[in-house]
Amino acid sequence: MNTAITTPPAAPTASRVTRLREQLALRADSLPTLAALLIFALMLLYGEFSYGRIFQLSTLSNLLINNAHLVIIAVGLTFVIISGGIDLSVGAIIALSSVSGVMLANAGWNAGLVMLVMVLIGSGIGLASGILVQYFDVQPFIATLAMMFLGRGLASMLSTVPVRLDESSGILALGTKIKIIDGPKVNDLVITPGVLIAVAVVIIAFVILHRTRTGRTVYAIGGSEQSAALMGLSVARTKLFIYLASGTLAGIAAVVYTARLGSAQNITGIGWELDAIAAAVIGGTLLTGGFGYVLGSVVGALVLGLMNVLITRDGGIPPEATTIITGAILLVFVLLQRAVISRQRE
Amino acid sequence: MTPDDAGAASPRVRMRGISVEFGPVQALHDVDLTLRPGEIHALMGENGAGKSTLINVLAGVVSPTSGRIELDGRELRFLSAADAQSAGIAAVMQDVPLARHLSIGENVMLGHEPHGRWGIRWNQLHDQARQMLTELGLGDLNTRLPLRTLSPALRQLVAIARAMATGPRVLLLDEPTSSLDEAEVDRLFLVLRRLRDQGVAMVFASHFLEQVFALSDRLTVLRAGTKIAELPAHQVERSQLIAMMIGRDLQDLRRIGSLRREHRSDPAGPPYYSVRGLGQDGVLAPTDLDLHRGEVVGIAGLRGSGRTELARLLAGGERADTGQAEVAGDAVSLRSPTAAMRQRIAMASEDRLREGVIAGLSMRDNIALALQSLRGWARPLSRAEREELVEAYIDQLGIAPSDPDILVEQLSGGNQQKVLLARWLATRPHLVILDEPTKGIDMRSRVEIQALIARLAASHVGVVIISSDLDELVRLSDRIVVMKDRVKIGEVSNGPGLTVETIVEMIAAPDEDDDVPPLDGTAPC
Repeated sequence: MNTAITTPPAAPTASRVTRLREQLALRADSLPTLAALLIFALMLLYGEFSYGRIFQLSTLSNLLINNAHLVIIAVGLTFVIISGGIDLSVGAIIALSSVSGVMLANAGWNAGLVMLVMVLIGSGIGLASGILVQYFDVQPFIATLAMMFLGRGLASMLSTVPVRLDESSGILALGTKIKIIDGPKVNDLVITPGVLIAVAVVIIAFVILHRTRTGRTVYAIGGSEQSAALMGLSVARTKLFIYLASGTLAGIAAVVYTARLGSAQNITGIGWELDAIAAAVIGGTLLTGGFGYVLGSVVGALVLGLMNVLITRDGGIPPEATTIITGAILLVFVLLQRAVISRQRE
Repeated sequence: MTPDDAGAASPRVRMRGISVEFGPVQALHDVDLTLRPGEIHALMGENGAGKSTLINVLAGVVSPTSGRIELDGRELRFLSAADAQSAGIAAVMQDVPLARHLSIGENVMLGHEPHGRWGIRWNQLHDQARQMLTELGLGDLNTRLPLRTLSPALRQLVAIARAMATGPRVLLLDEPTSSLDEAEVDRLFLVLRRLRDQGVAMVFASHFLEQVFALSDRLTVLRAGTKIAELPAHQVERSQLIAMMIGRDLQDLRRIGSLRREHRSDPAGPPYYSVRGLGQDGVLAPTDLDLHRGEVVGIAGLRGSGRTELARLLAGGERADTGQAEVAGDAVSLRSPTAAMRQRIAMASEDRLREGVIAGLSMRDNIALALQSLRGWARPLSRAEREELVEAYIDQLGIAPSDPDILVEQLSGGNQQKVLLARWLATRPHLVILDEPTKGIDMRSRVEIQALIARLAASHVGVVIISSDLDELVRLSDRIVVMKDRVKIGEVSNGPGLTVETIVEMIAAPDEDDDVPPLDGTAPC
């Protein structure tokens, strides 16, 4: 795009000021996202100087591998939160999906079929949430809370003890570590198919949100559902899509997580929905809806993951304090968002 | 094209026997509306007359309970706003906040974005949006900025650009000018006239009488959900139109005027509450007003003329952008209803149920509420004080049934209004502002409330009363302030010479500066 067209042909002295002001206005919304990137960079630097071995291929690889499932559900939550909703069921979906997946695989089902079923369990629960929200006018918080209890309960009915996946199962293939760069000692760049799935999810979500009408409708619904309807946008279909997508992504995350761990348990994923919400908020998605970036949520998820790495490396901080630090970071970001919003209102 | 020529063209939209019910409320009753291509059709009527409802029906937002809608002779069945849009009907609704976080360009084009192989073509989208905005004289807006960076007036113009972007054959405008300044209105009208010449059929609903006369070819007058008349605009006289809107013919008004009581008192001494230049952008032009204790001041004007807005600004319900206020000679700033209460100024809102009484609480709690909040939580009313207070007001205002434990939602409208009055009187105000205190209540309560107002004035309380019932205003007030198009256009002392008709004529008189200022083609930014 020719810049001469985008900026108004105003008087040269005035234009610089207006352009600066316009640039600021453009960026104000993304300020929390930029801040998340900055914090991520600072955490990397701090870790490198304090504990060493952070800027290492193996460390960064593990960060991605261990957080692939969180990135995937954070992407799903980003859709939901941008639309002004919330999805509390994703952690429970992962528990139900992974426990049933492992049991089906151990019962001799074909690995591909099992993975499909695992994803579809997520889709089914997500669709149920969407129908409750859209057609029965249940608040998203309540609808997905109900689905959370349902999912967790079903998982507990299947098994209350950890179930191990047979070593021979094809599902484990998704967790295989593939060496890309063979570094000195164990400093290798390693990825798993799970990481590739997460990357694909992020790219597809980005394209949907930014290049399709459905994606833009998600933003419009978050701005004001009533105006979106008055603008003639397909609100009902889009809302169903949003919860369906969030549930499906939770199903995919269950596959990725199970493949990495090789076992499943009914208490897996407790509180993960909150981690995913935290990731989205840290990444700059507005909890009241209408604004946010998928890539911001990815950064948010990696900030949370890196924090765990740093706490482990430090050794001095008790692991129990992890949640306190998560909470503090979250609070800082929410306050930052509030500051940005109140400046817009002036 | 004159309206008579347009009358010959076959109608584009024909609405027949449209009725709309919201629960027990009949919002529209058997209304017909015919829109012809190349014609601007004004919908006239007070707030609540059903203008917006009728527009919402045609825009697919509200489903009529009965009636037919035809577009070019084919019957339409809408399920949603999207269906109406794909039929070629675009609407600019009153106060619809588009998507404030999305860019200006996207707001114009949302729902009909240009697509390519890789999804939305953003550059093309912004080019098209800029084209639409240029037609409204906003070609120099940066369409990539978020919508929230614009003023309400510019947002309104963006909403209009959005409606035009769909290339509509029918364009519905509900109060499109309420937040625009004069130059913006002129520019909008220029565009609307061009669309009319291109054969678009338009509906224009507005409170601004002068704008309606300047723009429209044909008028439909609605009152209380019923169609009163449909006329070519150039055949209507202003006073005739107002009489149709408020539901009296001129003979009637003359007769009521002659029954008016003797004028009672002229204000004496310094005013209790005095404002200079009180106003809010796009809501109320700067207004001067003096209010004395013991005096009843009526505010006359059509609904939507700015009279409620004036009352809210006076009572701290809204914050003024401009003006100074003095209470008993001291400069004050009434930034909230509580601040006003501390200056002994109380206001009872027109919307009894939503802004007045708390329906789920008992009569006792409702009456004690304002006094308790004025005293603060640290100094609670004792039970005995409260009982005494509540019983005194139930007795004084004749609230029936007189059981203080009864829930307010179980009372009739008139008694709810009395509870609301009791609540404010319990704070012993020096000035009460009453917005439509007798609206929708039975005759007996109405007379009682009017008598109460007279008693309050006699006991040295100042009263400001807003009423659509001009007869009531003339009977009660010592002084009448006349509002029109959000401006105070006059103030008359009540007296033997004053009749309802005087006020109607004041409202009906055309503006003095009616000529349109020349366009300079620059956009306000």
